[in-house]
Amino acid sequence: MPAQRPGNTLAAGHSGVTGETVSALPTVEVPDRPAPARPEEPREVHVGEPLPKRRRYGGETYFKSLTTVGGSAVLAIIAAIALFLIIEAVPALSANKENFFTFTKWSPNALNDAHFGIASLAFGTILSAAIALLVAVPIALGIALYLSHYAHRRVATILGFAIDLLAAVPSVVFGLWGREFFAVPVQDLSIWLNKYLGWFPLFASDGRFGHSVLLGSLVLAIMILPIVTSLSREVFMQTPREHEEAAMALGATKWEVIRTAVLPYGRPGIVASVMLGLGRALGETIALAMTLGSSFVISWSVVEPGGNTIAANIANAFGEANDQGRSALIASGLVLFAITLIVNMTARAIVRRRKRFLAAATT
Amino acid sequence: MAKRIEADNVTAYYGSFKAIEGVNMVIERKSVTALIGPSGCGKSTFLRSINRMHEVIPNGRVEGTISVDGQNIYDKDVDVTAVRRMIGMVFQRPNPFPTMSIFDNVVAGLKLVGVRRKGELQVAAEKALRGANLWEEVKDRLDKPGAGLSGGQQQRLCIARAIAVEPQVVLMDEPCSALDPISTLAIEDLIGELKDSYTIVIVTHNMQQAARVSDRTAFFSLEKTGDPGRLVEYDETQKIFTNPGEKRTEDYITGRFG
Ligand SMILES: Nc1ncnc2c1ncn2[C@@H]1O[C@H](COP(=O)(O)OP(=O)(O)OP(=O)(O)O)[C@@H](O)[C@H]1O
Ligand SMILES: [Mg+2]
Repeated sequence: MPAQRPGNTLAAGHSGVTGETVSALPTVEVPDRPAPARPEEPREVHVGEPLPKRRRYGGETYFKSLTTVGGSAVLAIIAAIALFLIIEAVPALSANKENFFTFTKWSPNALNDAHFGIASLAFGTILSAAIALLVAVPIALGIALYLSHYAHRRVATILGFAIDLLAAVPSVVFGLWGREFFAVPVQDLSIWLNKYLGWFPLFASDGRFGHSVLLGSLVLAIMILPIVTSLSREVFMQTPREHEEAAMALGATKWEVIRTAVLPYGRPGIVASVMLGLGRALGETIALAMTLGSSFVISWSVVEPGGNTIAANIANAFGEANDQGRSALIASGLVLFAITLIVNMTARAIVRRRKRFLAAATT
Repeated sequence: MAKRIEADNVTAYYGSFKAIEGVNMVIERKSVTALIGPSGCGKSTFLRSINRMHEVIPNGRVEGTISVDGQNIYDKDVDVTAVRRMIGMVFQRPNPFPTMSIFDNVVAGLKLVGVRRKGELQVAAEKALRGANLWEEVKDRLDKPGAGLSGGQQQRLCIARAIAVEPQVVLMDEPCSALDPISTLAIEDLIGELKDSYTIVIVTHNMQQAARVSDRTAFFSLEKTGDPGRLVEYDETQKIFTNPGEKRTEDYITGRFG
């Protein structure tokens, strides 16, 4: 039945009051239900009446302009932030006596003698985020699969709630905990790794252990675990039942169902959740400022004291920075912005490639 | 290939709800058996009991025994995945794996049992697609997504996927209900051919279809909503449609009921 405009109501009235009417359906006796046609909801369409006019200023139009404004506002804000960062960064960058991209140290405060570069910070940012992902993603996906496909419903609810709680812990608490408590077992782990795998550059050390990239990365891993877990769990639970049953009917075991139906279906969602985790890892500030060793060298060793990230360095250096120092820190923020942007765009490209295959299916 | 199925006093539950009760039935090898009956009488439930797919539904439970060539598939130490490989299933809605190509869909079951060699998979895929009357239509686009086929082609793809693992029995739950008359005919013809190698059980709401494709027909019904469904009559299709033994069967197939 086509929707009726309120204007038709009076004219239409009940069946056959005015003009010709086309009866919708032959009336069927329905014993225990009220008669379907109520006076205020006419069930007839008048033959020969013009179609209702399109409304020029309906809710549709308002909603459309609202969404357009919202969309452009986001773009405008991003552009404004980028512009702000660039303008603020210029003074320090022009005063810099070193190549900003290759120099590793950070002493930007001296007025006519500024030496600073992003190299070691960018390296540390990417290294610690990468290790955090490497550790967190397999664990998170494992937990997510356990919650969505293996665990008893009650266990899944409780565990899911606990993981959401973990997401609610403030990062400064993670930083304190990492620094004061978690550092001890990580140091033991570092010594062990160095002893047995010391030939591998990541675990090389000159005998000193402590606030290292490993500590920061592991704290970071715990921090991004909840996001990746709860998002990918959500994705896994949305796997259409019929795909899982198709796999089961072929004689798939639970793990095979996951491999043939759940994981392929959830791939774009997994990528998205990992990217959110990575975004958090790249931008995490205070927990890393508290757990990393704040050094300015490019070193592959994750067990030696050291490590630094762009965000952590901003937190550490902001306090004693003068105008020029702040300008230099903003320049480093610009680099972080660019890294995050590149990561996000790569993720989108991966998701899009998948979508193209699926889109080919529907055309 | 093709096996004889014996259902003995099969009762199936969803939680505490008893969906079918006391079904006894012998399904002959290399025959087509149609399950008919009003909506909700438990046709799908019974069909899914035959390959132990009923129990994948939370709280789904089956009592009684179903034997395939004398072996009870509900025995404690029977490997469920082996049962499901032996008894393939085609669902009401075509459900190819959406992220897989046509080829990968067909060989999905083979890959599960560990067939990896490309040549072997290709031979098997062609055989299954030919068996499902789909080969000519897709042979030039095997690497395209399976979900990109028409509904009827998708359903035949699912049939190809089911027969690629060379099961003994193929179960079909209203395989034509989402299809146009042409695709329906194509699948009915296919069922006629598959009968030479497989035991087929098909659920259908289409009386003509049941009459056309099946050798034997089972009529399920239930007294009133909330009651479990029961097998009312089971006989040669010819007999069910011309001279049913039960009044209820006659009422149903002549459209006076349900
Ligand atoms: N997942 C489920 N959970 C609970 N009850 C169910 C479930 N699936 C089916 N039932 C119930 O079991 C009974 C039998 O259902 P079944 O799907 O086997 O009927 P059917 O004969 O296949 O019907 P149709 O012809 O409509 O497909 C119905 O009463 C139905 O409501
Ligand atoms: Mg059904």
